[in-house]
Amino acid sequence: MTTAVEDLHLVGVTKRFGEATAVADLSLDVPAGSFFALLGPSGCGKTTTLRMVAGLELPSSGRILLGERDITRRPPYRRNVNTVFQSYALFPHLDIHDNVAFGLRRRGIRAVDAPVREMLELVELGGFARRRPAQLSGGQQQRVALARALINRPDVLLLDEPLGALDLKLRRQMQLELKRIQTEVGITFIHVTHDQEEALTMADTVAVMNGGRIEQLGSPIDVYEGPQTAFVANFLGQANLYPGVTAGAGAEATGVAITIADATVTVPVSALAGRSGRVVVGVRPEKVRVVDPSAEHDLPANRLQGTIAEVAFVGVSTQYVIALPSGARLAAFEQNLDPREVGRPGEPVALGWEPRHTFILDADEDLRAGLLDQTPVPPADPVAAPLSGSAPGAR
Amino acid sequence: MRRRSTPYLLLLPGMAWLGFFFLIPLASLLATSLQRPLGPSTEDGFAPALEFTNYSAALLAYWPQFLKSFAFAGLASLIGLLIAFPLAYFIAFRAGRWRMLMLVLVVLPLFSSFLLRTNAWKTLLSSEGFIVETLNALALLPDDRVLNTPIAVIAGLTYNFLPFLVLPIYASLDRIDKAVVEAAADLYATAAARLRTVILPLAAPGVLSGVLLTFIPAAGDYINAQLLGSIQDKMIGNVIQSQFIIVRDYPTASALSFMFMVTILVLVLLYIRRVGTRELV
Ligand SMILES: Nc1ncnc2c1ncn2[C@@H]1O[C@H](COP(=O)(O)OP(=O)(O)OP(=O)(O)O)[C@@H](O)[C@H]1O
Ligand SMILES: [Mg+2]
Repeated sequence: MTTAVEDLHLVGVTKRFGEATAVADLSLDVPAGSFFALLGPSGCGKTTTLRMVAGLELPSSGRILLGERDITRRPPYRRNVNTVFQSYALFPHLDIHDNVAFGLRRRGIRAVDAPVREMLELVELGGFARRRPAQLSGGQQQRVALARALINRPDVLLLDEPLGALDLKLRRQMQLELKRIQTEVGITFIHVTHDQEEALTMADTVAVMNGGRIEQLGSPIDVYEGPQTAFVANFLGQANLYPGVTAGAGAEATGVAITIADATVTVPVSALAGRSGRVVVGVRPEKVRVVDPSAEHDLPANRLQGTIAEVAFVGVSTQYVIALPSGARLAAFEQNLDPREVGRPGEPVALGWEPRHTFILDADEDLRAGLLDQTPVPPADPVAAPLSGSAPGAR
Repeated sequence: MRRRSTPYLLLLPGMAWLGFFFLIPLASLLATSLQRPLGPSTEDGFAPALEFTNYSAALLAYWPQFLKSFAFAGLASLIGLLIAFPLAYFIAFRAGRWRMLMLVLVVLPLFSSFLLRTNAWKTLLSSEGFIVETLNALALLPDDRVLNTPIAVIAGLTYNFLPFLVLPIYASLDRIDKAVVEAAADLYATAAARLRTVILPLAAPGVLSGVLLTFIPAAGDYINAQLLGSIQDKMIGNVIQSQFIIVRDYPTASALSFMFMVTILVLVLLYIRRVGTRELV
């Protein structure tokens, strides 16, 4: 407890269960004191990764380091790492006080009362010390699980969907709480979730996992604004993705023209990152402005025409699916400034977005990767009839 | 609307059963235990009375068998526990796909007759058997033999009631959430600490009921003492059996039965209070 918190490193870690590979050649560096979110669909290996860091599972190959020390084969009770389990795993035979004191007692610390009281205050369970876990609500149990791990001031705290069981309101409240606690105690949090919003709001660094691998890692803004794969683009928020072809080199100032279907859009040279020829063009629905055709001159530079295919008023925004002349579809979210301006299906509209909001992916990306709805689309000539991006969930 | 009488109606069959087959015989046993002999021989019969001296006389005559019963049953429960807990632990946590087979093997002896099994132990423990010969070769026996000693009786009791210890302990171990044990490891508990602070407390209800299921019938058993023990190793069950069936001194036999029942009841209550009842149900 006296030493400073240390960085965590995973070096080429692989975990196989029989034939199946749960985690494939995963390398990660988590700086001390950071809030690291591990995000990904169910079964992508998040829990398995945490269990290897905790020592509850032995990697098939690779190494795990805490600072300079290799802890790959160290038993869990000899690692300065604690876990908030997906299922809480509170000790049913012990009251809340003894649950929280468990880790301290195992390390031979006698004076547990003061730190336990302090920790229970921190998670706002001061009056519950003598209750049993079964006498608490789900959200309260989750906070006990948090207190029980946090009291040990580990180098790394692993949180496996610690807010999964909470209703939306309590979850938002606990997210703020967790973030506050993490800033206050300054230990490394690795937070597993498949709630993308949770990952984006809380973490310093987000890693998007898929099929046992890390697809992309970076700050929430970098990953959200500049997805590098279709999976990341679709899994984090929504994205409109279209195959396109670069139409000759342009100057840095004007950007590069890209033909998608029967339209042409412009992207900054930097977004291409050296690519040319066939690419995938992406734009997020909230970047797209939708207006009446008569107001087209107000729109940003990348302009298209279309008709409204679907429209859904969801309160904070209006979500459109626009049919483009090529037959492709485009999702657009309009901020709810004036609800009376919501268009109707069939109405023609003009739409547009800033060139700098466009992102470019490799041409061989599967445009539907990371979508919840994995129904296959009929094959088509990619340029003549682009596949649709993700349509907003119209209810 | 539920009628308030429904729960009581549901209780009725059970209560009727208890009334007919427990309370009435119990009252009859109590009445018999206080009867007065009509003549010097038990052949002369007995008359209803309030002869409380039957109790003191029976106790005075048979207190050693009383003590022996509880000592034998206590030892059998203790030794059984030392065998049953690791076995149940292995089945619950380590047996994997062999779990079902192992459970069947634990229960399998119950499919053959109690008498038959105990008789088989007679052969196993005989001085010509390889167990005793091996033990003798190693000079581990103070007495050269096992059969017709208290060791044989305790061994028989332990063996015969072992499934009743293993099954409840297994059931409560099996109910333990593996994640809770992992959480303990995560919170710095070594294997020994996990056993002491998590697994044993959570298995306590199974241990408690297993010990009750072993101790009570073992204390009242007379087959093991009769088949495996010597004359000196008689337990209270043997005395009651011979008083009822052979000597036909019904008042003495009834008084002994009654005292045995009350003692067991008191012991069980003390034990439950000591070990704690919260987890029992
Ligand atoms: N003990 C195990 N034996 C065999 N396969 C396993 C085992 N544990 C996990 N797996 C497999 O490894 C893969 C990754 O599982 P893991 O629990 O890490 O997923 P996850 O990302 O935590 O998913 P979720 O979001 O649903 O919790 C899954 O395909 C799972 O079936
Ligand atoms: Mg998981």
